[in-house]
Amino acid sequence: MTAVRCVDLCKTYRQGEEDIKALDHVSLEIDQGGFVCLSAPSGGGKTSLLNAIGGLDKPDSGEVYIAEQRIDNLSKGELAELRLRQIGFVFQAFNLIPVLTARENVEFVMQVQGVAAAERQKRAVAILEEVGLAGLEDRRPADMSGGQQQRVAVARAIVSRPALVLADEPTANLDSKTSDGLMELFRELNDHHNTTFIIATHDKRVMSYAKRLVSMLDGRVVEDKRQDVDTKQ
Amino acid sequence: MHMVLVLTRLAWRNLWRNHRRTLIMLLAVTLGTWAMIFMTALMRGMVSQMVADGISALPGHVQAHHAEYRDDPSVANPIPISDSELSQRFDAGGFVGWASRVRVPAVITSEYDSRGVTLLGVDPQQERGLTFVDYDTVEGRFLESADDSGIVIGRKLAKTLNTKLGKRIVLMSQDPDNEIADRGFRVVGVFDANVTVYEENYVFAGKTTTQKMLRIGDQVSELFVLGDDFRDVEDAFNKTVELIDGDAEVKRWADIDAYLGAMLNVMDGFVFVWIVVIFLALSFGLVNTLVMAVFERVREIGLMLALGMRPIHILGQIVIESLLLLAIGLALGSALAWAAVQPMKGGVDLSIVGEGMEMWGMSTVLYPELLLSDVILANVVVLVLGFLASLSPAWRAANYEPIEAITKV
Repeated sequence: MTAVRCVDLCKTYRQGEEDIKALDHVSLEIDQGGFVCLSAPSGGGKTSLLNAIGGLDKPDSGEVYIAEQRIDNLSKGELAELRLRQIGFVFQAFNLIPVLTARENVEFVMQVQGVAAAERQKRAVAILEEVGLAGLEDRRPADMSGGQQQRVAVARAIVSRPALVLADEPTANLDSKTSDGLMELFRELNDHHNTTFIIATHDKRVMSYAKRLVSMLDGRVVEDKRQDVDTKQ
Repeated sequence: MHMVLVLTRLAWRNLWRNHRRTLIMLLAVTLGTWAMIFMTALMRGMVSQMVADGISALPGHVQAHHAEYRDDPSVANPIPISDSELSQRFDAGGFVGWASRVRVPAVITSEYDSRGVTLLGVDPQQERGLTFVDYDTVEGRFLESADDSGIVIGRKLAKTLNTKLGKRIVLMSQDPDNEIADRGFRVVGVFDANVTVYEENYVFAGKTTTQKMLRIGDQVSELFVLGDDFRDVEDAFNKTVELIDGDAEVKRWADIDAYLGAMLNVMDGFVFVWIVVIFLALSFGLVNTLVMAVFERVREIGLMLALGMRPIHILGQIVIESLLLLAIGLALGSALAWAAVQPMKGGVDLSIVGEGMEMWGMSTVLYPELLLSDVILANVVVLVLGFLASLSPAWRAANYEPIEAITKV
């Protein structure tokens, strides 16, 4: 089954007097259970593609499908519902709500979804343990390191078992050990739950975990290759 | 419903994120609410006292007169029912109080000066506690019976006439045949009133003595009735109309003294305007606080939108934050106003500005009047207008594009 399909996506931003082509006729199809890295130098279009797939930004032209549902023509409210139910997000920075504790941040999406309190708490505590944050449930973001915050964000992204997880430079602020731990976790979830991961990165270590590597340059897909992955890295 | 809880928790936590700003705004709302309610209580007290003083001079909540009396308040226009007949009808009326009296214009003359006054021929037993004169504080004594031969005058008038207790004065008026009716009286009492004008304008003589002087037999010119509350006189009015049975004109106090009646209505409007004006001053601070709060949280708002929160939820969160702030301020302000009024319930002596107060017919003692309806009005107005004021920053927050907000530096 196709998890994500992009057809001829174009997106242009205006920067001063100059038009920047962030997406230049991009077409891409990703199967359910895929583990894809989008790699590109800075400004290459990977974040723009990720935003278009996540319904955070509308392309100027082209079509985006999530689980065969066209999303580029949905309203703000419909897109919010789609993101809430089907997509988990991990951003590069500023991932957490500062006034909520780690557990509350993880519970947040489930709470908006309307999951019962007891179930929410059980799942949040379990997932925090899974990402190695047992005992830090009641800490607020300001009292956690960057790596810990990123793991809370990952826990939040996967706790409600979305079909698709979009991560934009998830390891940018992490040391190599934490970075490896996070990628191992992604792979585990990908293997065990068939969750589709699309990760935008220019970190070679992260790319080495991907089953498929899509390289972009100046808003265009320049290479799309599958790679064998050693799961124990 | 579950979203309301989510939003309320977020709003509450965000409220205390910047303690200092929240506390300053809270202080402003508390003081504003205190000012709204406390000042309203003072103004209400002032107006109620004015009305009560006015009613005690009228006196009564309902009055009956000859149909021509209000145009020509002379002895030629008495109530066309004898006083004994009035007693029979009204004694069993079940009123808080009632009395009949002779009320005519007269001239009072001492050996030094003379003045125009209103002569009240009263039965002191019937009127005890119903008018503005407190019998127990009269210098000398008040009248003892309807045929008392003495006269009681106000302190200001005594000073004007250069007379005093024990001295004689002459009262002069007209009888029904337009002949001079006069008589000498000894001053047996000098009264003090809350409103000095009353001390100058009214003199009290026995009802029977006055009837004899004016040669009007058993007739009176005025009947007044006191009901339970001057704000609601309909029962007393209807009962009086029924007992008078068409023989005289019956009027409510607000019809007799339209200025006094209008005071109450004007006061209601004034309270509303006062509350709105204070809120408008507060609203600048409130909107500024919310705009700052939204501005500081743009990326967080973007994150919540990206995670699947709907714009309406963002709007709700900001509005709830505003309402929580206002609700706490209102509760504190209302409690503070209540506490401030308690020690003043026995009255506030304003005699230092007494002459100015009396010029407006006000008493020199002010009794604050804290009405539950005013407290509710202030709270409702602030909450409703606060809700409207918070819509603008909330709308702005709800309409952020998630990706623009989340990447905002």
